Amino acid sequence: MGRYVARRFLLTIPVLIGASFLIFAMVYALPGDPIRALAGDRPLPPAVVAQIRDDFNLNDPLGLQYVKYVGDLLQGDFGTDFAGRPVIDTIARTLPVTVRLTIVAVLFEIVIGLTAGVLAGIRRNGFFDNLVLVSTTVIVSVPILVLAFISQYVFGLKLGLFPIAGIREGWYSYILPGLVLASGSLAYVARLTRTSIAENTRADYVRTARAKGLPERTILVRHTLRNSLIPVVTFIGADIGALLGGAIVTESVFNLPGIGREVFDAVRAQEGAVVVGIVTLLVFFFIFFNLIVDVLYAVLDPRIRYD
Amino acid sequence: MTEQQHRDLLQDEVQAGTTTGLASPLVDVTDDRQQSLWSDAWKSLKRNPLFWIGSVLGVFFLLMAFFPAPFARGADPRACDLANSKAPPSAEHWFGYDQQGCDYLAQVVYGARSSLIIGALAVFVILVLGVLVGAVAGFFGGWVDSSLARLTDVFYGIPFILGAIVLLRAAFNERGSVQVAIALAAFGWMTAMRLVRSQVIAVKSSDYVAAARAMGASSPRILVRHILPNAVAPVLVYATITVGVLIAAEATLTYLGVGLQRPAISWGLQIDNGQSLLRTAPHLVLFPSMILTLTVMAFIMLGDALRDALDPRQRA
Repeated sequence: MGRYVARRFLLTIPVLIGASFLIFAMVYALPGDPIRALAGDRPLPPAVVAQIRDDFNLNDPLGLQYVKYVGDLLQGDFGTDFAGRPVIDTIARTLPVTVRLTIVAVLFEIVIGLTAGVLAGIRRNGFFDNLVLVSTTVIVSVPILVLAFISQYVFGLKLGLFPIAGIREGWYSYILPGLVLASGSLAYVARLTRTSIAENTRADYVRTARAKGLPERTILVRHTLRNSLIPVVTFIGADIGALLGGAIVTESVFNLPGIGREVFDAVRAQEGAVVVGIVTLLVFFFIFFNLIVDVLYAVLDPRIRYD
Repeated sequence: MTEQQHRDLLQDEVQAGTTTGLASPLVDVTDDRQQSLWSDAWKSLKRNPLFWIGSVLGVFFLLMAFFPAPFARGADPRACDLANSKAPPSAEHWFGYDQQGCDYLAQVVYGARSSLIIGALAVFVILVLGVLVGAVAGFFGGWVDSSLARLTDVFYGIPFILGAIVLLRAAFNERGSVQVAIALAAFGWMTAMRLVRSQVIAVKSSDYVAAARAMGASSPRILVRHILPNAVAPVLVYATITVGVLIAAEATLTYLGVGLQRPAISWGLQIDNGQSLLRTAPHLVLFPSMILTLTVMAFIMLGDALRDALDPRQRA
């Protein structure tokens, strides 16, 4: 077990380096001169431009720039944007918003997705089962962008139930965007739970439990549900990493000052350090949660061998 | 032996318990399994309402992309009159007018073409990349496989839309359908690769591959003739669903301002335009959103139906 975790952990290092280099190289290739854009109408004196270029290592070749960047990163230094603000401050300002949004989304996945899946799974081919099948197909097909506008229009503008932009109303403002962000995964969780339960009700150990006369309720909760939830729990775990990095559209439409909107603004403003810093962080989260899930799998399901 | 004698003999044997009847000469054992998979699939598809809804919608939007004029009821999407700005839907103009006073039905109808072109193009690039990398990784194994798996992980780690945004901004000054499709494919090929790779590994150690190798078939021939045909069914399912996902992603990128550019006619641009007018003219967001959703739905339903038909084990 310890060896498995260590090996799995070591394997993430090349992936992290590769992903951050890929982003670094793409940002390096962004067209235009950010320093000229920074100066606006009045051109900066050449000496100042040279100094800034030097400060940001912009004259070095790509490889060297990257090595210097990673060297700083390993000491906890995310660098500064062109206006001199530390990137770490930008992250500290925007990340909590995205984390709250992700928490709300995951809660929706559990409360709605899991419940719908369980109810559909234990009464296969019933009315509710078919309802879940049809509605998940529809939900999966509606692009997040469209869903965001529809919910904004219906629940925000027409019914006036939820705020349609910003985070001034605390957790309440996260409900609508959280639901929109969760929609795709929610449908997937419902289907996954349903299939998993349907498979497990036919399992040998469920038959054994029934044969030895356990009450149906105990069989359902202890034997069927517990085993069925393993793939669901691991999916939700891995999805946390994906949700943190996938909130660009939701945050843009609902005007939430989160990390997704920040990185998108940074791409447009050619703030290379911000883009690379945030994307590296998002990749780290993604890999981290996948690692947790892999280890969790070993704990939850001893049948899986690790070698 | 006559037909009648055959049947009698068979009945005797079945009653005597010496045969199950399956091995009788009446059953053609040389029947091609490949064919029966597809004919079984067709039988199951025919009974699936998802398949019919998906096909009808899909054909409808394909026709719309190829021959937009009749769908737009003859209106020209670029013939605009500011006097009609933001006019609501009417019997004469079903979708109303946009802010510039262009017939909105025509605008939305003419938007189908770029979406479908990008979806098809991106899925083609994804399949080429996925089959190529996946087949090589699965077939050769060892360090080739491990390093390609790490490469795949690298692309997986970067959020899909985010990666496409940065690539579109960094690599292309002029952004048309081809550029958007390439950006989508660049961060979307990994699932296809894993699908092909796992199929290749599953089949690689089978007896008929060993037999082909014993008869002196070369690696490329074994790969193309004996291994890859096994991956056709799962890849087809994946590709169909992915066209829908990619069309949604294209609209998203265009909405965010890094996809197609004006004067292109695109649903993403229309939704972006309508966004600020949501209070006064909600139909400007509603109609392109509706058509976009139906298009995505067509492909996802078709893919779902295909999966049910081709892989009964995964039937949900």
